[in-house]
Amino acid sequence: MNAQDPTLARADHSDEISFYEKRKGVFPRGSDGRFRRFKWAVMAFCLIVYWGTPWLRWNRGPYAPDQAVLVDLAHRRFYMFDIEIWPHEFYFVAGLLIMAGIGLFLVTSAVGRAWCGYACPQTVWTDLFQHVDRLVDGDRNAQIKLQNAPWTASKVVRRLFKWGIYLTISFLTGGAWIFYFADAPTLQHDFWTGTAAPVAYATTGVLTFTTFWLGGFMREQVCIYMCPWPRIQTAMLDERSLTVTYKHWRGEPRGSVKAAAKRVEQGLDPLGDCIDCKQCIAVCPTGIDIREGPQIGCITCALCIDACDKAMEDVGRPRGLIDYFTLEDAEKEQRGETATSLVRTIFRPRTLVYFGVWASIGVAMLFLLGQRTRLDLSVAKDRNPEYVMLSDGSVRNGFTVKLRNMEDRPRAVVVSIADLPGGTIYTDEMESQAASTALSVEVPADTTKRIRVYAVAPRGAKPTDFLFDLKASDKEGGHDVARTTFTTAEGNGQ
Amino acid sequence: MANKRVDDATGVETVGHEWDGIEELNNPLPRWWLWSFYACIAFAVGYCVVYPAIPGLHKASAGTFGWSSRGALAAEMTAADAGRAQVRAAIAATPVEALANDPKLLRAAIEGGRAAFKVNCVQCHGAGAAGAKGYPNLNDDDWLWGGDIATIHQTLQHGVRQPGDDATRMSQMPAFGRDGILTAAQVQDVVSHVRVISGQEKASGSSQRGAKIFAENCAVCHGANGEGSRAVGAPRLSDAIWLYGGDRQALTETVTNARYGVMPAWGTRLDPVTVKMLATYVHSLGGGEAAPAAAPAPAASAPAAAQ
Repeated sequence: MNAQDPTLARADHSDEISFYEKRKGVFPRGSDGRFRRFKWAVMAFCLIVYWGTPWLRWNRGPYAPDQAVLVDLAHRRFYMFDIEIWPHEFYFVAGLLIMAGIGLFLVTSAVGRAWCGYACPQTVWTDLFQHVDRLVDGDRNAQIKLQNAPWTASKVVRRLFKWGIYLTISFLTGGAWIFYFADAPTLQHDFWTGTAAPVAYATTGVLTFTTFWLGGFMREQVCIYMCPWPRIQTAMLDERSLTVTYKHWRGEPRGSVKAAAKRVEQGLDPLGDCIDCKQCIAVCPTGIDIREGPQIGCITCALCIDACDKAMEDVGRPRGLIDYFTLEDAEKEQRGETATSLVRTIFRPRTLVYFGVWASIGVAMLFLLGQRTRLDLSVAKDRNPEYVMLSDGSVRNGFTVKLRNMEDRPRAVVVSIADLPGGTIYTDEMESQAASTALSVEVPADTTKRIRVYAVAPRGAKPTDFLFDLKASDKEGGHDVARTTFTTAEGNGQ
Repeated sequence: MANKRVDDATGVETVGHEWDGIEELNNPLPRWWLWSFYACIAFAVGYCVVYPAIPGLHKASAGTFGWSSRGALAAEMTAADAGRAQVRAAIAATPVEALANDPKLLRAAIEGGRAAFKVNCVQCHGAGAAGAKGYPNLNDDDWLWGGDIATIHQTLQHGVRQPGDDATRMSQMPAFGRDGILTAAQVQDVVSHVRVISGQEKASGSSQRGAKIFAENCAVCHGANGEGSRAVGAPRLSDAIWLYGGDRQALTETVTNARYGVMPAWGTRLDPVTVKMLATYVHSLGGGEAAPAAAPAPAASAPAAAQ
């Protein structure tokens, strides 16, 4: 909490002292302006993405789900449009999360707490619920009046009606989440017929409750007391970060237009531009007074900029008494210098470094994505027993061979061995007499097939390294090699 | 609280306490935070009532839910047993030779056998079932009594040399040296012959003498060419696998004193389903043979050296 002028301090001087703060109601007035319209657009975009994404279809053929974005926990697959992630490729998801983290740093560095002000779910749903308040109860004054009114029947009915709308929105919000984890149309049908998995109902219930509680009632308390991100962002802001700034050097001393005119008549120093209309406080969704300076409760949603601009327009003064501004510019302007251009504020070295790191991770992941193979072979040699002597003196080694087909179609492959003199292989589903140097295997779509392979080398075989080789038989091809070891009694002290 | 004032640097009120000039700012918590703290206390009290919590002299209070970690384990074990009950019933109802017809049941039987093997069999046969001197390797293609699943099951069920079990596997090789049937020199000749037919030595005068002794004394069980006989559990002597060792010293010891390996009759120690699962597991280790019809062709003989 920072106040550049001690006279602006919030504390009162009564002798009553409390270590706990009573919640003050926040009843933001409806507003309009360029930032408000931008905020509507962001809200619409976020909600459409959130609610719409699970219903996008994406054709992956008959062997894979056709949902564009699907986190298939049951089958351990993560589908995102044309990308399918297997558990062993989870580093792609980790990479995305790291990019999201660095992306937040990047955005904070470039445009301050824009995440808090526009795109954070808490902000989006609080904004939505506050709009419900205005639709049901009326604008700020009507809301305050109803809040202070006794609990009459009509107030109870209006409250229940409003909470019913909260609950509906919350249910739609909580219910939409589960569609990311299963086929959406099927799950919706199952959900209403009571045949969906219990976890689907539990998830919906929990998220409905949290949306109802956090969006409907806790609101700005989440930003001020619960969320760690404002603290982190506060630590990341520097003198060149964009913050919503009240230009006190221009606004102070504040006073009404009438008072200002009177001062001029009296030949005293003129008042500042701030007409103390308190519209900036009235529209604030977290209930702060931006004129106290930058503070943790300010999510930089810029609604006060809209409100102040409108007030300035009404009294014929230039806009921008409250504006996105950097601390450095504020100091410059107070010294009478020109502010840095917005472009130079945003594209400064720190921002570019963040962007560089963020983009490198993205490019590296795209490269890896292009490089990854869709057909893999892994071979694990039996450790106990390492080898088995057979009655004709030949030696058998056992191997667990995994054939991973990441394509959404079955594939015919040939597994063969090389560099094992006189060696042959067979599986536990074949007769040993049918052993040869190559096996034909059909690997089902999107599956890792596990086969037991025995390799046999004739009497007198020496321990050696050798190769398992995997080749796809279809025209797309695909090839992988695994080196392993053949063990015999020789070299084992026998 | 007379010292209460507003701090200039932060614009925040102090609480009024002062210690050697150090004051405390009052940044009040929200009231709901306090309520959530009370709610946690209420939860903790309830938790202590319903779960074991309050320590006593010998044990903690039981809690109204009656929960205990032993009870939780027992419940999980019961649930696991109940979950397996259906599969076990199916295995019990299926003859051991027919288990392979149902891949799912076979899989369950093999995995169940793998677990039971680790408890009951590894002490002699080893964790990888590779055996040791005197204990057969179960991975190979050499069987004393036969390697099809029904025969393995029979061997497991009745054991080897299990006293009091009429159907137990019992082979009876004479102690040729100890009992004076053969002289020490004759024993060496037989050993030479056996090492020749198993490809370990070249023919010699000793082995030619041994061949004659072999035909008179050994061929009745081990076969004219040392191919062995599964009917009497006589190991094949012409192969590369030796239960007690194929070197001269080990063979001399075997022919002189004979070998009498034992295995418990598992039919009286384990339940029938577990024995079936063990048979399935042993059969799956890589040496399992197809069906009795296929058995006669390659004679089996085994490590069990002489008996």
